[in-house]
Amino acid sequence: MMPDLGKYADAVLSSYAVSIVLLAAIVWLSIWRARKVKKQLKEIETKEKSNG
Amino acid sequence: MGMSVKSLWEYANPKKFIQTTDRVLPWVSVLAVVSLVVGLIWGFFFTPDDFRQGSTVKIIYLHVPSALMAINAWLMMLVTSLIWIVRRHHVSALAARAAAPVGAVMTVIALATGAIWGQPMWGTWWAWDPRLTSFLILFLFYLGYIALWEAIENDDTAADLTSILCLVGSVFALLSRYAVNFWNQGLHQGASLSLDKEENVADVFWYPLLVCIAGFVLLFIALVFLRTQTEIRARRTRALLARERMG
Amino acid sequence: MIALLTRDLRLAMRAGGGFGLGLAFFLIVVTLVPFGVGPQSELLARIAAGILWLGALLSCLLSLDRIFALDWEDGSLDLLATAPLPMEAIVTIKALAHWLTTGLPLILATPLFALLLSLPEAGYKPLILSLFLGTPALSVIGTFGAALTVGLKRGGLLLSLLVLPLYVPTLIFGAEMARRGVEGLDITTPLLMLAGITCGTIALLPFASAAVLKVNLR
Repeated sequence: MMPDLGKYADAVLSSYAVSIVLLAAIVWLSIWRARKVKKQLKEIETKEKSNG
Repeated sequence: MGMSVKSLWEYANPKKFIQTTDRVLPWVSVLAVVSLVVGLIWGFFFTPDDFRQGSTVKIIYLHVPSALMAINAWLMMLVTSLIWIVRRHHVSALAARAAAPVGAVMTVIALATGAIWGQPMWGTWWAWDPRLTSFLILFLFYLGYIALWEAIENDDTAADLTSILCLVGSVFALLSRYAVNFWNQGLHQGASLSLDKEENVADVFWYPLLVCIAGFVLLFIALVFLRTQTEIRARRTRALLARERMG
Repeated sequence: MIALLTRDLRLAMRAGGGFGLGLAFFLIVVTLVPFGVGPQSELLARIAAGILWLGALLSCLLSLDRIFALDWEDGSLDLLATAPLPMEAIVTIKALAHWLTTGLPLILATPLFALLLSLPEAGYKPLILSLFLGTPALSVIGTFGAALTVGLKRGGLLLSLLVLPLYVPTLIFGAEMARRGVEGLDITTPLLMLAGITCGTIALLPFASAAVLKVNLR
């Protein structure tokens, strides 16, 4: 199934690996921060409401 | 109150932006993932090798889209910075802030894939090819922009300063492009690394490449939507905390 | 306007004003280069023009945060802002003062430092001319960066990060002009580009710098 990359196998595979890792990293970081900030805002807003 | 939108500027309202992007984000994300997966698998497994470049031609499916997005992200930041300067819509300034790290990552991917692609061709892990060098400079611009946002406490001041920096930086980035081409014209004549659009890219490579480009674009849009929401919420949190401290 | 200029010049000349610092740094760079690359004069002769340009650029960078720092700290910047002089003029005067106290001394010291680095005879005039044409741009661009970071406490590193990419075109054309001069090639193209960049930045960047300062003074 894997195509014969010949002598360039290292180059091709490492560029795919680097790119996928970097994309995954920015996606994961963005989702993680989004969740964290959403939670923080919710906490502070409910606190505001209960303080009146 | 109907759901009809009178103009695009309605989305400049933070709450409306979050509402609308909440609805749209799942679709964009799914489309992005599908395009990326289809495009990369198609390109990696189902395209032939290039006569001159062997299997390294498969790197275009990452290098070209990321390079395109590196530039387009900065252009988007430029437009949203101008909108902030002229119309003072906070969502616009925050969208620029949100896009910058994504653009920076795209630039790194373009640099890494470009350098790795060059290694078998040129026998060296890094070459000061004009295109690669220009992307390295672009990366520095991204870093400076992000660093300035982080350094300034007051949100409005930060938005103002970073938008002016984006404007000035854009002019200098363009200038640098020409300067770098001038600087390296003597060395790697003709042996430019990336595939120019003017060059005839054979159809068999072009279609999967298009799908990959679409995937990168959609991924960028999804990330910017998500990250802008985060910035809006973070800003509101800071405002509430400040009010709490004063009251 | 002249009053502002002479005041800044006097401040810079005072002890602690950093006047000699840029020159001293330039000397240090020039001294360290042979330790780094070896003392062979053919090698030094080939890279001298570039090293001298780089040294001048870094020395300029060093003194940038002084442009507004003193006035910011003692509140004179706020006073200047309310003065009848437009902010764009103030910013330009500040850049001029910076060039007179940093760029110009560097240019004057260059022949001596070029000697240390075995710069070939033919290179002296093109190098000095290129520095003369290019260092004003470094001051004007540096003033923009200094305005951006004026309020920040540890702004020095950020200032360098912001300004160095902006310096690239000037460095490329300036060094290329000097290099071509060394080899006796035609220097017209880089000269015109360098002059163009300097004129363009002097004409346009003060507006951005003024806008930035007004934001920071709010």
